[in-house]
Amino acid sequence: MNRATTTRNTLRVILLILVVGLVVGPLLASFFGGFKTNAELRTNPLWLPDSWNPENYISILLDGSFWRYLGNSFFISSMTVLLTLVVGAAAAYVFAQIRFLGSKMILSYLLLGLMFPFAAAILPLFIKVRDLGLLDSYWAVILPQTAFGLSLAILLFKAFFDQLPRELFEAAYVDGCSYLRFFWSFTLPLSTPILATVGVFVFVQSWNNFLLPLVVLNDRSLYTWSLGMMQFQGEYLTQWNMILAFVSLTIMPAVIFFLAAQKYIVAGLTGGSVKG
Amino acid sequence: MTTINPPAVRKRGTADRIKKNVVSGKLSAVLILLPPALILFSLFVILPLIDAAFYSGFSWNGYGSPSDFVGTQNYQRLLDHSVFHTALWNTAKLIIVSLVIQMPLALGLALLVYRKTPTNTLFRLVFFLPYILAEVAAGLIWSFVFDGDYGITASILQSLDQESVYVLADRQWAFPAIMTVIVWKYFGFHMMIYIAALQSVPEDLIEAAKLEGAKPRQIARHVQIPMIKHALVVSGFFAIIGSLQIFDIIIPLTNGGPSNTTHTIVTYLYTFGLSRLNIGFGSAAAVVLFVLAIGIAFFYQRTTDNKEGQA
Repeated sequence: MNRATTTRNTLRVILLILVVGLVVGPLLASFFGGFKTNAELRTNPLWLPDSWNPENYISILLDGSFWRYLGNSFFISSMTVLLTLVVGAAAAYVFAQIRFLGSKMILSYLLLGLMFPFAAAILPLFIKVRDLGLLDSYWAVILPQTAFGLSLAILLFKAFFDQLPRELFEAAYVDGCSYLRFFWSFTLPLSTPILATVGVFVFVQSWNNFLLPLVVLNDRSLYTWSLGMMQFQGEYLTQWNMILAFVSLTIMPAVIFFLAAQKYIVAGLTGGSVKG
Repeated sequence: MTTINPPAVRKRGTADRIKKNVVSGKLSAVLILLPPALILFSLFVILPLIDAAFYSGFSWNGYGSPSDFVGTQNYQRLLDHSVFHTALWNTAKLIIVSLVIQMPLALGLALLVYRKTPTNTLFRLVFFLPYILAEVAAGLIWSFVFDGDYGITASILQSLDQESVYVLADRQWAFPAIMTVIVWKYFGFHMMIYIAALQSVPEDLIEAAKLEGAKPRQIARHVQIPMIKHALVVSGFFAIIGSLQIFDIIIPLTNGGPSNTTHTIVTYLYTFGLSRLNIGFGSAAAVVLFVLAIGIAFFYQRTTDNKEGQA
């Protein structure tokens, strides 16, 4: 019995480490690859570089466009988060706090977005954004992203607001606090856990978005990092060491952010689905 | 509540209620807090989807207003286009791989690391890492892995004295390569859903099974997996809907090539609709995607509801 458990445990650990290797291997190979020359890359694509030559990394870091891409992405993602939180929480508050005719129907309408595939709307979205005169502006990315993120945000916010103690509102109401004031000074401050969860989740989605910026941004000075990366790949084509350095640099903020905020990311991704 | 009241009284009651609502600020709260969400959602989600259905009836390059009505011709062309058939079949393959390979893999790993220990947390974090990376970045990294001159597959083949293969330029291997990347990218997400569910399975049940001499495999099969059925259903749904929308990851890997063999529905509608400004034609593809997503969602919900009812 005991020996069986030990063998099983050893097998388990070997298997897990194998999977870790498959997951991390390509990422480490990219990171190492950025330090190599192309000639070295040809003979040694996977392991540590012969010498840690940071030239590729430095030349990218000194190039202004790299920072511009990151800055654009950061601005777009932050604005998307801000807008989603404010607009989504406001709507969810109405559904959680105020009963009125048709509120259920309006809620179902807003939740339709959970089923709709974003890509199906991309062509008319391009036309709409163009007709509104928003092409080649940050808003061309921010507004549709917010709109498509609203359904999930409202679902999660409403579930959270429903659990807040009702006595609190009644007490405040008796003291003459209006619905709007209550939303601003009680509901929102009490809801920081869910605001953080949704915020982090929306940020990651926006940061990684590719299709929408690809369709609505033509001006290189507005490019998000994902567009910039594809542009860079087009310019350096087979200079894999440069491309790998660029990719490594762009995924590094994501990895660091993930490690710092993983609690919220995991909660946002699995919370809604498991409760379902 | 007041259904037995005569009409006149009810009318006055409603008026009173509205008045009271206005006074208490209910109405103004609704009118201030709700419209932003409604406007944004209608303008950028619902309207574009309706537009897609409308545009799909026209031959239109996106300039001026659509006037050249062609009826169902766009759909006809779509159904006759062999590349679209390939795209549909590829999307189906992605769904199958997600359900048959990715989900069992994720479940197996979840069972191995769901207990709360420091090492398990570390494993979980690592397995989840690919999911948070952008698809384009993941695609680019793997296009290096598969590169025939520099890549890792090339050097493995060389060490086996095999001739180097340009995996992503090979009609036979390009799509299996894409499926590999997709499993790599998303298994951690499904694993996390299962872990959350497994942690809520009462420990007594597992202990009881153990006392009766059940082996871990039997416990998993007869206790844990039945208990997390709901999580399996949900993750299956995500797998299907996600597979329908694969786009980002294809672009850096193959861009739909070689000779249009690796398109999915979305890369197809991007390549043949948007980048050639065939808005009507692309919209027809979008409508197909939309109908498939909604259809599968309903069908899936009905069949899984039935199953759960039986259990």
